[in-house]
Amino acid sequence: MTQVMRLSAPAGLLLDRTKPISFRFAGEKVEGFAGDTIASALAANGISVLSRSFKYHRPRGILTMAGQDANSLVQLPDEPNVLADIHPISPGLEVTAQNVKGSLAHDRRSVIDLIGGFLPVGFYYKAFFRPLGAWRRWEPVIRNLAGLGRVKLDAHHGYYDKAYAFADVLVIGGGPAGLAAAIEAGKTGAEVILIEEGATLGGSLAYARFVEEPSATRSLREHLVSEVASLPNVTIHAGTRAQGLFADNWVPFIRANRLYKARAKSVVLATGSTEQHLVFRNNDLPGVMMGSAAQRLIKLYGVKPGERAVIATANADGYGVALDLTEAGVEVAALVDLREIPAPDPRVESVQAHRLRILSGHTVVEAIPARGKRGIAGAAVARITAEGIFAAKAEALDCDLICMDVGYSPAYQLAAHAGTKVGYAERLAMFQLGPVPKGVHAAGSVNGVYDLEAVLADGRRAGWKAAGEAGLFCGPEPSAPEPFAGADGLNHPWPIFPHPRGRDFVDFDEDLQVKDLLAAMAEGFDHIELLKRYSTVGMGPSQGRHSALPTARIAARTTGHPIGEIGVTTARPPVGPEKFAHLAGRGFEPVRLTAMHHRHIEAGAQMMPAGLWLRPAYYGAKDKREEAITAEVRNVRENVGIIDVSTLGGLEVRGPDAAEFLERIYTFAYKKQPIGRCRYVLMTDMAGVIADDGVAARLAEQHFYVTATTSGVQGVYQNMLWYNAQWRLAVDVTQVTASYAGVNIAGPHSRSVLSRIVSDADLSPTGFPYMGVREGHVGGIPARIMRVGFVGELGYEIHVPASQGEALWDALMEAGRPLGIRPFGVEAQRQLRLEKGHIIVSQDTDGLTTPEEAGMEWAIAKAKPFFVGKRSIEIQRAAGVKRKLVGFVLEGGADDRIPKECHLVLREGEITGRITSVGLSPVLGKVVGLAFVAIDQAEPGSRFDIKIENGEILRAIVTKSPFYDPENKRQEM
Amino acid sequence: MKIINCPLNGPRNASEFLWGGEVKEMPDPTASDPAAWADYVFLQENEAGIVREWWCHLPTAFWFIAERDTRTDEILRTHRPSELFGKRRDFAQPKPEEGA
Repeated sequence: MTQVMRLSAPAGLLLDRTKPISFRFAGEKVEGFAGDTIASALAANGISVLSRSFKYHRPRGILTMAGQDANSLVQLPDEPNVLADIHPISPGLEVTAQNVKGSLAHDRRSVIDLIGGFLPVGFYYKAFFRPLGAWRRWEPVIRNLAGLGRVKLDAHHGYYDKAYAFADVLVIGGGPAGLAAAIEAGKTGAEVILIEEGATLGGSLAYARFVEEPSATRSLREHLVSEVASLPNVTIHAGTRAQGLFADNWVPFIRANRLYKARAKSVVLATGSTEQHLVFRNNDLPGVMMGSAAQRLIKLYGVKPGERAVIATANADGYGVALDLTEAGVEVAALVDLREIPAPDPRVESVQAHRLRILSGHTVVEAIPARGKRGIAGAAVARITAEGIFAAKAEALDCDLICMDVGYSPAYQLAAHAGTKVGYAERLAMFQLGPVPKGVHAAGSVNGVYDLEAVLADGRRAGWKAAGEAGLFCGPEPSAPEPFAGADGLNHPWPIFPHPRGRDFVDFDEDLQVKDLLAAMAEGFDHIELLKRYSTVGMGPSQGRHSALPTARIAARTTGHPIGEIGVTTARPPVGPEKFAHLAGRGFEPVRLTAMHHRHIEAGAQMMPAGLWLRPAYYGAKDKREEAITAEVRNVRENVGIIDVSTLGGLEVRGPDAAEFLERIYTFAYKKQPIGRCRYVLMTDMAGVIADDGVAARLAEQHFYVTATTSGVQGVYQNMLWYNAQWRLAVDVTQVTASYAGVNIAGPHSRSVLSRIVSDADLSPTGFPYMGVREGHVGGIPARIMRVGFVGELGYEIHVPASQGEALWDALMEAGRPLGIRPFGVEAQRQLRLEKGHIIVSQDTDGLTTPEEAGMEWAIAKAKPFFVGKRSIEIQRAAGVKRKLVGFVLEGGADDRIPKECHLVLREGEITGRITSVGLSPVLGKVVGLAFVAIDQAEPGSRFDIKIENGEILRAIVTKSPFYDPENKRQEM
Repeated sequence: MKIINCPLNGPRNASEFLWGGEVKEMPDPTASDPAAWADYVFLQENEAGIVREWWCHLPTAFWFIAERDTRTDEILRTHRPSELFGKRRDFAQPKPEEGA
C-alpha cells in the first residue's frame, strides 16, 4: 500500500522522511516514516477505521490526534489499550484491533448497533440482577462483548524504573504559555522543569492557525523553542504526561518507561484546552474529527485528512481549519457556521476571499455513512431554528471529512487535583477555573486566555510569579493580560442537536447518546455524580474531556439549574493511563544479610525470611528437612549447637536514669539488678497488652544492653524515645542491632567449647553463673557474653562487633569441631524453645494478650509506682481474664495427626480458643504445644478438644510447661 | 505528598514520618477511674479544627509535635516536645494496699 494521503514537506513537522518504517496493522503491511504515530501512518495510507466502539461495536477513527479519546485504542502483542494516535511506529510493530469478532472491517458484533434501541441506559443493572447469582453468569459474556484489549499473561517483563526530580519552577505544558513561563522563570536563574505531553514543543503553535499569518506563528514557535533550549537551567521533558498535582507540589510524571516524582517550589499549569465536539447523528463515524485533529494530521504528520470536507464551526478557528485544508489540497464543500453572523476576523475574511461556500445559521445534523459504515459519504446540513433544533429540510453535501470547531474546555484536571473548583462563565459559555491554590499558577488557555499575544503575556506573568515564589526575582513584574482575552465567541452555547433517530453521541468512549442522559435523569439520577455513575458518562478513557461540557449543559437544561451549579464530576489522578509496570518500577526486594550469611550458605543452609532478614531455617537438602531438624535438635540437647542470632534487636540504654527508665518501660524491676547480671524484660503497651520481650544485661551502673525481638526492635526503640520525650529522664537510647553480630552456643558441651578460646573470663559455674553477663574476648574478638537459657540448655549468647561476626563464627566452629559442634537453624530453635514452653511474642500472643493471660505475672513487679500498661493491667485483673495461654500435650502419643497453628480449641463443640504453637518433640516422643483456652479449661490435667482440618477432634491435656526439663536444671549447670 | 517540617531534620517528605496520635494528658496512672483511663488509652478526640499531634521522623526516630488543621490538612507549626514537656515527670509511689 502506498501512502496515498501523504503530503509533501513542509507539512509533517515531526516526520523524518529519510527513515521509512514498515509495520503491520490487522495483518496488513503498512508504510510510514519515523515520527509517525500508528494512527497517522494509517491515515497516510487511507485507513480510517482504528477500532470498534465499546458497546455498539461501531467503527471509530481519529478524533483528536492527541491521545485524548478511546477511539484510537489498539492492541500490541504485549500491551492492550495503546493510544494509536500518540504511540510511535517502529519497524515490524504488530498492531491489531481490539474488541472485534471477525475483522475490524467486518465486526460481527456490530449487529449490536442495530438492536441498540433495546439496550437503554442502565440496561445491565436492570436485566441481570435477578435471579440471585445471575450476574455471575452474565458478567463473563458481557465483558467479552464489551471488552477492551487483552492482557497477555506471559508477556515479557520490560525494564521500568523511577526517578526523583526537583525544581524551583515546574511548568506543565509546552505550548505558547508554558514556553513563555519557562523562559521567564529560566531567566531568573531558577531550576526549571518543562513538561510537554506532545512529541514536540510548541503546543498549538505547531499546528493551529491563529489570527497571525502562519509564517509568523512558525517563526514564533522556532524562536521560543530555541530560546528555552538555550537556557541550561531548564530541563525539557517532551512526550511526557504529568499525572497528578498533589500536596506541596508533588507531581508524578511519566516519560517512556520512567516514572518521575517531582517536587517543585512552584508550579505553572499551562495545560491548555481541549477542543469540544458537536453533537449530531453519527458524529462518531470515522471521518468526523476535531478541526484541531485535522490540523495536527496536516502540520505534524503530513497527512491529508480527507478529500472533501465539511467544517461545522462556531468560531474563527474553524475558518482557520478551512484555510489549512484548502492549502493541503482538501476541497472544502462548505463551511457550516452555527452563528448567523460571524465575528470579524482575518481568517473569516480570508475564507470569504477564497469564495468558499459558507452556510450561516446552519449545522451538520447527520453524518451520512459510507457503504459498509466504514467512513462517511456526506453530511446532512440544515438551518438551526431554535436552540438545539433544526429544520426538517436538510441538504446533503458529499464529503469524506467533517471537522468540528465549536469550542474549547480548559484542561482543568491537574488544577482540580489541587483543589480548584471548576465553574462556568455564562457569557463565554465556557468552563473556567476557580482560584488556584498557593504555589500554583495557571496560564494560557487553561486560564481562559486565548489571544496569542495575551497567552504569551500570561505565561510570562506566571513564570515570573512562580520564580519569585521560589525565591528568585529578576526585573519588574511583566504586565498581566486582560482576563479571558480572545475567549469571546469561541464557544457556542448549545452545540447539541439531538436527532430523532439518535446515534447523537455525547460520550464516544461509552457510546452514550443524548437520550441516554435524558433517560438516566428521568429515572432520578439527575445529580452530576449520580448521572455519571448510572450512565457511565465520563468514566471511559477520555475521562470526560469531551463529554463533561455537553453533559453539564444537558443536565442544566433538564434540571433548570445553572451550568455552574451542575459543574463537573471530581477529577482524580492519574490524568492519563498508567501501567502497573510504571508503579512497580524495578521491583526491589531488599534483604538484610547477617555477618555470617556466607558461612550458612557454605554449610548448605536453607534460608528463610525473618522480617527483612534472611535466616537459616535448617542445614541440609530440602528433601531431608525433617531429618536435618531432628539431628540439629538432638545435637543441641546431647552435645553442642551454634545458631546465628544477629537479627535480634539490640539497644544501648545509658545514663543516670537508665535503671529508672527500664523500670518504666518494662514490667520487671531493674534498679536493684546487679552489674554483671541479665534479667528478662517484658514490655506491655498502654493497654496492658504484651508488646515485646528480651533480656537486659547490666554492664555498668548506668549502662544496660537490652535485646528485643527481630521484628519488634524498631517499634520498641520508637516507643522508648516517645515516652522519654514526655518523661525527660536523663537517659540515652541507641539502636545497635546492625552494629552487633550474635551467636548462641548451646548444649552440655558449650562451656567446654568456649573455654578453649576465652582466656579473660572465668567460665566456671560459680564464676559465670546462669543469667550472668561478662565482657571479654572470644577467639581474640571483644565480646559481650550472656549466659541465658535460650533453648533450655547450658548456653551462652555472644555479641561482637558486626565486622567480626564471621571471624567469631569460624573461631567457635573451629574450637567446637573436636566436640562435634554443628549449626542449627530457626526450625530447630523453635522446637527447642517450644519444648521449654517459651512463648514467642506475636506468635503465642496477639493484639489483646495480657501478661496474666499468658501466665507471665511472675515478670511483673507490682510494687513499682509505674510502668507502661500498669494501670490497664490492674483494671483488667479486677475485671478478670477470660482466657489463658496453656501448655498442652496431645493425648495418645505421636502419630501423623498433628494439629496446626490456629486450629480451634473447643468445649462441647463451642469455640473457646486456638493453638498458637505446636510440634512433635522427638526428645519427649510427644506432640506438645501452646494454646489459648477458656479459664475453666486451663487447670493442669484438664482436657480439651482440638478440631483439625478434616473436622476430626483430637484430645489434649493441659500440662505445666516446661515440657522438657521442668526444673530447668540443664540450663543452670 | 505533603512536606512536613521536622524541627530536627527540616522539611522532609511525609512518607518519612509516622503519625503518633493526639497529644493527650495522662491521667493519674496510680488511681484514675477505669473509664477515664480507658478514654485516655483508646479514644481520640478527632476534632475538626486545629489539633496537636505527635509525629516521628522515622529514619532518625525523632519525636516532635505538630499543630495541624484537620479541615485543611495544613500543618501550621511544628516544635520540639520540650516546649510542652519541659520538666522531668515522676510518678508517686502507690498506696501500700495497691502494691500488695
